[in-house]
Parts: sequence; C-alpha cells; structure tokens
Amino acid sequence: MSNAVRPLIVGAGPAGIRAAQALVEAGLKPIVVDEAASGGGQIYRQRLAPDKRTPRDLYGSEASKATALHETFARIRDKIEYFPQTLVWNVRGTSADVAIDGRTRRLDFSHLILATGATDRIVPFHGWTIPGVFTLGGAQIALKSQGCAIGEQVVFLGSGPLLYLVAWQYVKAGARVAAVLDTAPFSAKLNLLRGLPSQPGVVLRGMRYVAELMARGIPVHFGVEPDRIEGEARVEGIVWRERGKERRLACDAVGYGFALRSETQLADLAGCRFVFDERDRAWRPERDMAGRTSVSGVYIAGDGAGIAGADAAELAGERASLALLEDAGYAVNRERVAVLERGLAGIQRFRDILEIAFPFPDKWAASVADDVLLCRCEEISVGQARAAMREQEVRELNRLKALTRVGMGRCQGRICACAAAEILADVHGQPLEAAGRLRAQPPIKPIPLGIAADGEAA
Amino acid sequence: MALLKRLARHELPPISFTLNGTVCTGRVGDTVLTAILTQADQLRLSDFSGSPRAGFCQMGACQDCWVMTSDGERIRACSTALEPGMNLRTFAEQRS
Amino acid sequence: MSRTLHKDVAIIGGGLVGSSAALALRRMGFSVVLLDKGYCGAQASGVNYGGVRRQGRPPEQIALSQRAHAIWPRLKEVIGIDGEFVRSGHLKIARTEAEMASLEAYAARVADLGLGLELVGHNQLRERFPWIAGNIVGASLCQGDGHANPRLVSAAFALAARRAGADVLEHTPVSHVEKVPEGFHLSTGPGIEIKAQFVINSAGAWADSFAEAFGEPVPLSRIYPSMIVTEPVSVFMSANIGAEGGGIYARQVDRGNCIVGGMRGEPNTDLDFSRPTGSGAVTIMNRAAALFPALRNSYAIRFWSGTEGEMADRNPVIGFSRTTPNLIHAFGFSGAGFQIAPGVGEVLAELVRDGASRTPIEAFAIDRFSRKDQGSPAGSTPEPQERDISK
Ligand SMILES: Cc1cc2nc3c(=O)[nH]c(=O)nc-3n(C[C@H](O)[C@H](O)[C@H](O)COP(=O)(O)OP(=O)(O)OC[C@H]3O[C@@H](n4cnc5c(N)ncnc54)[C@H](O)[C@@H]3O)c2cc1C
Ligand SMILES: Cc1cc2nc3c(=O)[nH]c(=O)nc-3n(C[C@H](O)[C@H](O)[C@H](O)COP(=O)(O)OP(=O)(O)OC[C@H]3O[C@@H](n4cnc5c(N)ncnc54)[C@H](O)[C@@H]3O)c2cc1C
Ligand code: FES
Repeated sequence: MSNAVRPLIVGAGPAGIRAAQALVEAGLKPIVVDEAASGGGQIYRQRLAPDKRTPRDLYGSEASKATALHETFARIRDKIEYFPQTLVWNVRGTSADVAIDGRTRRLDFSHLILATGATDRIVPFHGWTIPGVFTLGGAQIALKSQGCAIGEQVVFLGSGPLLYLVAWQYVKAGARVAAVLDTAPFSAKLNLLRGLPSQPGVVLRGMRYVAELMARGIPVHFGVEPDRIEGEARVEGIVWRERGKERRLACDAVGYGFALRSETQLADLAGCRFVFDERDRAWRPERDMAGRTSVSGVYIAGDGAGIAGADAAELAGERASLALLEDAGYAVNRERVAVLERGLAGIQRFRDILEIAFPFPDKWAASVADDVLLCRCEEISVGQARAAMREQEVRELNRLKALTRVGMGRCQGRICACAAAEILADVHGQPLEAAGRLRAQPPIKPIPLGIAADGEAA
Repeated sequence: MALLKRLARHELPPISFTLNGTVCTGRVGDTVLTAILTQADQLRLSDFSGSPRAGFCQMGACQDCWVMTSDGERIRACSTALEPGMNLRTFAEQRS
Repeated sequence: MSRTLHKDVAIIGGGLVGSSAALALRRMGFSVVLLDKGYCGAQASGVNYGGVRRQGRPPEQIALSQRAHAIWPRLKEVIGIDGEFVRSGHLKIARTEAEMASLEAYAARVADLGLGLELVGHNQLRERFPWIAGNIVGASLCQGDGHANPRLVSAAFALAARRAGADVLEHTPVSHVEKVPEGFHLSTGPGIEIKAQFVINSAGAWADSFAEAFGEPVPLSRIYPSMIVTEPVSVFMSANIGAEGGGIYARQVDRGNCIVGGMRGEPNTDLDFSRPTGSGAVTIMNRAAALFPALRNSYAIRFWSGTEGEMADRNPVIGFSRTTPNLIHAFGFSGAGFQIAPGVGEVLAELVRDGASRTPIEAFAIDRFSRKDQGSPAGSTPEPQERDISK
C-alpha cells in the first residue's frame, strides 16, 4: 500500500514537521519541500550559520519547543525526501512544479499537505516604503536569524501579539526601542484576562513583556492612529494622532504589522474551496477539524489554514497527517486524534480573545489619504484605486487588479490585497467578504525565464 | 550609511564581497540583504518612480529586495546567503 | 425580484464584440441591454495577449480588419482612454527558408489590400532589430500594426456603452432565449426578463449553445492560449513580435513588462477559467530567454490563460442567423478577435439598422459549415495555417 501513498508536504515549519513526523511513524516516506535553507518555519527559523547565541537567546520562552522541533526534524531527516531551498511554484492535480537551484521539476504526489504558514498583515501609511521600514516579522527575522536590529532608534507599531514580543526581544538583545505604538486602546487588552484560565502561560508572558518594556522606560502608547513615517532616503521620524493630538517622534527605523495573513495560493491552485473567516478578515481554504479541504487528498495545516499560532500548527500538522493516513486506509490512534482536536479547539477559543485584545485598525480604510501608495510593487496609490472603485464600480479584488494593477506586481498581492479589500469594503459600504480574494496565479513567486526544465523527479 | 545594526554574530568569519564597485565585508551566515544593509541604506530603486527601497518583509514575500549582480543576474537579497566574491549592485538599470 | 426590460436590442456577452456593438447601437439611437454572466471584458477580451495586428489574417478578414484599424488610434475619442494602444509595428519572423517563403507568399497575396507589408532580410533585421537573437532568416514587418492593453480597452468599451445609455447588466447570465411573435424573450439568472426586437449572440466561447438552440450547430471548440509576463525590464522591444509557424509571440509595454505567449493551457475545474500548464509556461519562458537576450536574466512573475472559441476553419461567425429573423451571431474569433472587434461592433450595428453591412462579411456566414458541397470560401484558403495564434 505504502508504495502508492506518496504524500507531499509543503512547508517545514511547526505544522509541516509534525505532519512529516506522523507520516514517518506510520512507515511512509513523505516528500517535504521548503523554500528556506533549513527546517523550523517562521517562528523557529534557524540561522544560516550557528553563532554564539543559545536557543534561549533566540527563542526565549519557546526555546524548548524550538529545540524539540528541530531535533525531531533532524531525526526523521533520512526517512523523508527533503528538498530545502525549493519553491513550490505551481500545483495542479496530483503534481507540483518546484524550482530548485535554477531548475524546475515536477513532483508527483498521492496526497498533499499544505503547511505554508503566514506572513505579516499590512496596511499602508505615508512613508511605508522608505528604507528602514520593515514588517514586524521582518524586524524579528533580522534579529533572530541575522543578529541585527533594523535601526538604532526603533519604533514598533501595529496591533497583535507580535508587537510586544518583538519589541521585548529587541530590548533583550540590546537594541534601542524608541517607542511601542499600539493602534488598539488599552481597554482592549483587558480582554486578555478572559484567556487566563485557558492559556495562563501565554497571557502572563504577554503581560510581562509590556510590564518589562514600561519598566525600562520605553514609552508605550495606546489608541494610536498612525499618520506618516517621515524621511526620504531613510526613516527620520514618525507622526501619529493620539486622543486627537498630533505627536511626533524621531526614529531611524519602524517595524510594523497587524497580525498575520495566511499563505493560501497553493490551496487555491489545488482547487480548494474557500470560506470567509470573520476573525482573520480574510478568505481561507475550507477545512474540517482534521484539515481536510474540499479537494480529496489535499490537507491543510498551520497558519496557512487560518491564523492560530505555532502551538496549534504543531497539533494541526499531526492531525492532518492522521486524517491522511485514515483516508489512505491506515489504522490511526483515536485517542491521539481526540487529544489533538481538544487542543486545537482550546486554542481556537483563545484566538477569539486575542482578536479582541489586538483588534485590526478598522478605521484605517476610511482615513487613509489618497496619495498613500497602496501597491508597493506597481506603485499604485490609494486614490487611484478609490477612483476605479467609484467611477468604474469596481467591487471585487480581481476586477480592481485588472483595472488598476493593484496586486499585479512581483508579490502577487501578498502585501497589498488585505488593505485593498478593506478599502473596497469602506468605499462601497459592503461587507469585507464581498471583495472576494485574488485568484492565485502561478508562478506564486517569481521564477527565472531561463529556468531549466527537468523531467519528473524520482 | 548602514541601515541595519549588528548586535550579535560578530564572532563569525568575515566574507568579502563587492558592493557598487567597493570591496566590503560581511559575515558567514549573512543574507545578501544583511550584508548590504549593514553597509548601505538601500537595495534597489523602485521600478516606476525610482524611489529607494530596502526590502520590507525579509521572508521572501514582498519581493522588494531584488538586487543585481554585476553581470546582470537578479538575486532576492533576503533569502540568498552571502557568498565570497559576490559582486552586487544596488542601483537598478535605467528603464526606457 | 423579477422585472422585465423592453429593448430594441439585447446583446448576450459583454466582451469586446458585444460591448463595441452596444456602443455603436447607442450612437445610432437604439435602446440596448448588454448582458454578461460576469464582468464585461473579463473573459477573452480582457485577458488576451493584446496584439492589434492585421498581418497574417486571411484575405477575407482584411476589409473588416482595416475597418477596425481605423478605430484603434481614435480610442481616446471613442471610449475616453487610449487603451495603451501603440503602433509599434508587427514583425513576423521566419526561422527557416520555408517560413520565409511563406511570408513572401502571404505578402504577395495581400499586396493590394493596403497592409503595407515590408519584407526584411537577415542582415537588415540584424541592423534594425538587434535585440532579436538566433538564426532568423528574415521577417515581414507591418508598420501600422501594434498592441494595446486588453484589460483596459474591453472594460472601457462597456463603460462607454453604459455612459451612452446602454443598460449594462453584469453578473446576469442569460439562461434562455426564445423567439416570440414580437421578437425575443430572454430569461436571466437573477430573474430579469427581457423583451427585445433583435438579439446579438456575442457570447464568445459560450456562443455555440445559443446558436444550437436556434437550430444552428457549429464546430466551435475551446482553446486556452497561455501567456507569461516578466517583471519590468528596460524597454528594448520596439515591435510586437510574431513568428511564422507559431511557437512564440511577444510584446513589451511601456512600463517594461514583456508579455509572451505561444502554448496552450487547460481549463480549470470551473470550466470558465483556465490556466497554463507548468511545462507549457516554462517552454514559453525558455523560448523568450533564447530569442531575446535582454530577458536572459529576468523573472516571470505571472502566467495566465483565457477561454476562446475557435471555429474549425479559424474564421469567425458574423452575420444573421439562417433560421431565425433578427438573430445575429458574432463569435468564434479563433484567437484573433481583439483587433477586429471594434470593427465588428460597427458591422453588427449596421446589420440591425440596415439589414446589411458596408463591410463584406459573407465569408463568415453561419451556414458555411452546412454548405459543404459548395466548398466554404473561408476553409479553402491555400495559406499555410498557423498552429499557434500568432500575433
Ligand atoms: C515573521 C513571523 C514571525 C513570527 N514570530 C512568532 C513568534 O515569535 N512567536 C509566535 O508565537 N509566533 C510567531 N509567528 C507566528 C508563527 O510563526 C506561526 O504561528 C507558526 O510558525 C505557524 O507554523 P506553520 O508551520 O503553519 O508555518 P510557518 O512556520 O510559517 O512555516 C511555513 C513554511 O512553509 C514554507 N513555504 C511556504 N510556501 C512555500 C512554497 N510555496 N514553497 C516552499 N516552501 C513554502 C515557508 O518557507 C515556511 O518555512 C510569526 C510569524 C511570522 C510570519
Ligand atoms: C489568451 C488569449 C490571447 C489572445 N490574443 C489575441 C491577440 O493578441 N490579438 C487578437 O486579435 N485576439 C486575441 N485573442 C482573441 C480575442 O481575445 C478574442 O477573439 C476576442 O476577445 C473575442 O471577443 P468576444 O467578445 O467574442 O469574447 P469574450 O471576450 O470571451 O466575451 C464573451 C462574453 O460572453 C459572456 N457570456 C458567455 N455566456 C453568457 C451567458 N450565457 N449570458 C451572458 N453572458 C455570457 C462571457 O462572460 C464573456 O464576457 C486572444 C484570446 C485569448 C484567450
Ligand atoms: S524583503 Fe521581502 S522578499 Fe525580501
């Protein structure tokens, strides 16, 4: 039987690694493909070369989880077919096109587990393309993987758990944090207390970050309405409104973001049906508790299936593999399934609380000025997009793309599509879901024109 | 002028590379983005308005960190490891 | 919510053909409803390669093509935007002596039709188009041809029709059309009923079902030409490129992106959408990198494909139904309808107003497929048929 079962896992983050492990334990040899040079995914990303820093320095409270995951991956390394630094750029039917070292090859699979994770969710402001402005995730990667701060006077801005975490990691690493600007009011944070009974560790840790930042004299502002980042060749300062008053702070770097958005292009190309997720304010692949999508043989796990965090990703990865095994006729451990599903359900409830504590800045779309760049690839302004929405009655993202190029550039809308949907909703007074989602188009990331075509992989 | 500030990894061996004709030094384990932005404050000029860009996401999503090598090859700086002898350019060729 | 509209003309399909007909009809004073199952100009007309070329068309299409040719430079006046139309010239290259001979034969056959073709030899080609690599034997240049942005042009025609007073109903699929004594009765998905004197069937790759419903089955198949687009690069490509024998066509827009086509894609599970195959797209990319050294290091950022109706003889169907009075067909443009569509729109409006057009369209009659004994004028062209649509 196992000869015919040849699963492909895309992504070697917490979800992908746990998925691979479960398949290996059942005696299968999955293919694992990841664009990164080594396993770990976003949160447990590894350095390109080891340095003096310990796992504790890098991953803080999550060090033991990181180490466990990396060790698991090392242990199953020769029981899987692993393609690092390999981009899956297309999926169709039961094959995937992958780019590996200047060549493209086709990988055939019997089952597909998509564990593609997430990237920062962004909304634009004046000055968001100035050198020195990075996403929160980008700021964290600079530190964790590269041992660098994004500047000497860093402002962190946005909403979401990552905001305080990254600021705190910067301070710990010896960087100068000029301020933390939270777009949500302080009162929103009180909702976190409701999460204490179920996730005390997470809540208390989050509170500790804020307390420690404040104790070190780092200004933390709540209810911030960002106005602009100043500078030309590089960041010079940031201006925001707070309780009606304009405030300005000099800084040389800004890290910002508003939680995360799922990477869903491959699920789309695989033909999965999507549903609108109110909490994520986004369309995501439809799935059952186990991660089965609407396409038989295609499973989805981790943040790519809707944002739920790293712990959930580990559980969901394993759960998806158990579903795959069950569907392929293997016996699975029911008790384990129940444990995983209980864990996932608990985290989902906590996610609801997090969303209230770290809300999306829903006034942004109405207030953002026309001359702000909306699509940083194609350099299309908010005003150009609004004009098309109003004058040509554009109500949907693909049409907006066709008529204005928003989302048509190198990043394929990863950065601007969320913001464009918010503006569509605002301009037409329509629900967010009516904006739809950009249809994925291969290659989901740029590939070289001269890429050499291989035959089918082994 | 540098955009990024090194806080760690000082102990790693140096790698030499060329940036806009000048010989520079990075570290083993640097991405091309880190190697450049610890020396300079931009990676490229945007395609249409020619404004300076220095990447954004550092995780291969935004595609705003493509730099050129002296022989015209393109490199996504945040997800490419620095290699000895790389010859990099941070200004785009003029279009049209 | 059901309502009934009464119109002179109901147009099924808001591609460039239907939209330009709607606009032309409004200018003549007819009341018009333009119906599309999705957005107007979101199918073939909005996603095509954008080649605006007369060169390479069979002689029977040239008069119609010339009519359209006169409209393209006036787009700003007609629809309010220039649609990024540029008269770059269309250069059709020959890679073998046989292909060159075929270009020469074509030039001779259309010599009197006003295309102004210029045959360019190997050395001259090197001099004038140094950015093309490889062993090119020669080429044929049609200076007056060019390219435009289909995403903008097709939507703008529909918008112009609306501004001129047409009722443009998007997301309104026509589910049923019936001849009634007073004209036609159309039913739509959202429950809107339409009564009209005339019906124009311009439903693109979906038009065959309407023709068949009126007893006129046609040999229409669906094709899915594949496109790739590169990141922006310095502008080097001074002409719209085609190749005798097919295999590649390419153009570069002002912003620097190069659009290259040459293979066929496949439909998705949702048959209204299609996409290139991975290997097909890589083949196009490799061909482009080989033919244009300036692209050797550049990246492809997106592929797409579109759904097009192709007739067995690769000529469109344009003209009155042979079974049903006041029913007019205009579909099956076989991969080459973008350039001629604005002309077709005018022709369709003339058919409604005058019962005939001043542009010859006999070759496109729908009954040509059932008149086999007579030999179809369109199907018997001795010109070598291109396998790929070549722009
Ligand atoms: C930058 C960033 C920083 C974060 N930091 C924290 C943190 O400090 N603490 C915390 O609790 N949570 C953090 N999160 C959230 C946390 O990373 C996620 O919850 C968790 O990593 C989800 O795991 P995953 O396995 O679903 O996806 P990921 O860990 O994101 O892994 C997905 C993997 O898939 C690969 N991949 C995706 N698409 C393709 C493709 N087409 N081809 C090949 N490979 C592909 C990626 O390279 C990646 O390695 C962060 C998220 C981001 C984006
Ligand atoms: C990828 C590609 C590249 C091409 N390149 C070129 C080129 O370079 N040069 C060139 O000249 N030509 C080219 N063509 C051909 C050209 O695009 C078409 O011939 C032309 O657009 C046809 O226009 P149309 O209006 O007939 O069809 P379409 O634009 O397809 O319009 C038909 C419309 O009918 C609607 N419809 C269908 N069924 C119903 C229904 N039941 N009710 C209501 N509405 C309905 C559809 O939604 C659609 O919008 C290309 C085609 C493709 C697909
Ligand atoms: S910085 Fe975003 S892709 Fe490199």
